[in-house]
Amino acid sequence: MKKLPFLVCVLIFGYAFLYIPIFSVIAYSFNDSTLMSHWGGFSLRWYQELFNDRQIREALLLSIQIAAVSATFATLLGTCAGLALARLRKFRGRRLFSMMIVAPLVMPEVITGLSLLVLFIALEKFAGWPAGRGATTITIAHITFSMAFVAVIVQARLAGQDQCLEEAAQDLGARPLSVLLDITLPLLTPAMLAGWLLAFTLSFDDLVISSFVTGPGANTLPIYIYSQVKLGVQPDINALATMIIAIVALGVTLSAWLIRVRERRIECQTRY
Amino acid sequence: MKPFIQFDDVSKHFGDFAAVDRVSLDIEEGEFFSILGGSGCGKTTLLRILAGFEELSSGRMLIDGEDMSGIPAHRRPVNMMFQSYALFPHMNVAKNIAYGLKQDGLEPADIDARVTRILDLVQMSEFAQRKPRQLSGGQQQRVALARALVKQPKVLLLDEPLAALDKKLRQNTQFELANIQQKTGITFVLVTHDQEEAMMLSSRIAVMNRGQFSQVGTPSEIYENPQNRFTADFIGSINLFEGNVAALAETMMTVSVPAIDECLTAPAIPDVNIGDPVCLAIRPEKIWISRQAPDTEGNTILTGEVVDQGYFGNLSVYRVRLPSGDMVQVSTQNRVRSTERAIQREDEVFIHWECTSAVVLKE
Repeated sequence: MKKLPFLVCVLIFGYAFLYIPIFSVIAYSFNDSTLMSHWGGFSLRWYQELFNDRQIREALLLSIQIAAVSATFATLLGTCAGLALARLRKFRGRRLFSMMIVAPLVMPEVITGLSLLVLFIALEKFAGWPAGRGATTITIAHITFSMAFVAVIVQARLAGQDQCLEEAAQDLGARPLSVLLDITLPLLTPAMLAGWLLAFTLSFDDLVISSFVTGPGANTLPIYIYSQVKLGVQPDINALATMIIAIVALGVTLSAWLIRVRERRIECQTRY
Repeated sequence: MKPFIQFDDVSKHFGDFAAVDRVSLDIEEGEFFSILGGSGCGKTTLLRILAGFEELSSGRMLIDGEDMSGIPAHRRPVNMMFQSYALFPHMNVAKNIAYGLKQDGLEPADIDARVTRILDLVQMSEFAQRKPRQLSGGQQQRVALARALVKQPKVLLLDEPLAALDKKLRQNTQFELANIQQKTGITFVLVTHDQEEAMMLSSRIAVMNRGQFSQVGTPSEIYENPQNRFTADFIGSINLFEGNVAALAETMMTVSVPAIDECLTAPAIPDVNIGDPVCLAIRPEKIWISRQAPDTEGNTILTGEVVDQGYFGNLSVYRVRLPSGDMVQVSTQNRVRSTERAIQREDEVFIHWECTSAVVLKE
């Protein structure tokens, strides 16, 4: 029992380290003063300003749009890659391919961003597409790096899943395409959903790669926030951050609750 | 009559390892055939070759006279019941069973009728709407069986179908399996490591060892007339005495066993010469054990000391040490109801058997 106070201290310190920055943003979003260093009383004025700020609204919409489109494509491509890696018969160089798919995960973002920029410039010069840089190039760039995450999730899920389900379907007369549509994909749905959510978050967050491949006028939310902060922290950014935190927290709580409810339902059914 | 399933010099290599090594086998239509062996002996590979999940490295495999090479699993007239049952977790029982019929493009009404009938056969009608995870192991096993049977395949393959059930349920299910096989007349090919299961269910058994058949025959042939040491040792328990052929007569032969300094007599086997190294085998239940000297003529009689005894309720098993130090296992039926054992540990005993009970093995 002597150890307990020490452990509690460590725990408190750890959580404080994680959450104090977040809470300070939340606190200052309700600060009536324009100065970060001065507490001028409680106010909702920054929220009001935020809603009146056209640029922020546009940046938010653009970010959501890019995140949704790139997550969808990344899920499609990543699922294909994951399926191929998990289910193709052993071939020479398979390990190399497996390692190559995870390389983008550990590649420094600066390098990914730079190489994509070089590629887009060359493509524009020789193929004429994509013309200029903007939302399209950001979307393509986000698909490129987030599909690797989806592929890894899908591959892990398939590796954990017994292949005999697919063999059983085949044995019952299902052709390869039917096996994929009837058995493999339905069982893969949770992994694909998780992959989509991760890809969405990665895209929504991304600043480094986006700033390499963006063009005039295409400001995603992170790019906008970063450019504003460079000019000095505007308190309405705090309000924006608080709202994003609230939405994320709500989402996490909701998904955790959904999972628990489903588990409980399954438990009840098994007990009849 | 032409055999229904034919393995013709079939091999399957994984890299340098021969999982199945030049196997030939004929299975007749309507047989309940078992492939019996320890883990890694190649029995499951053989079953997967039948199902179409493994391609042959060499040789030919025919079902109903048709060469199966190049025919993918989904076009073969066989269905398989998987060891893990492989029920589709996102479909209910009825949909699981109907899946194979749907692939054949049957009318919905026809599918329903056949699903209802097969559910009735495996006594699972009331569970049609349940998901697999809501069923017990035994129920899942029935659904898996129904799903494989409903397509009325020419051959049903069973991969350790009862391994996951507890002993009591397993015994009941064994009777049911035998029943269903007789009712449907489908050729069953069963893979198992459980010799009792194979003995009870099968019309014939192939004992497999290191990718090859050690012996193929009816359960009683394999038990009473093992042709080699592996089969003798793998099926049931057996006592083996190493020795050389000492004398050969028309019906009987004598084997000198240097270890126990005795000459033992057994029925003669063909193609041996005096002096050949052989092995004399005798099953524990064919040996009598007593504290008094038996007054039988012509039996093989040995003496020894009981070093161990095991009580199994219906039988007792004794381990007897011969003066040479060799151990002999003897088992007796406990016909008399008594908690007092007549023979105790450290008793000096006589063991004896009829000479015709012993078998001489060449390899």
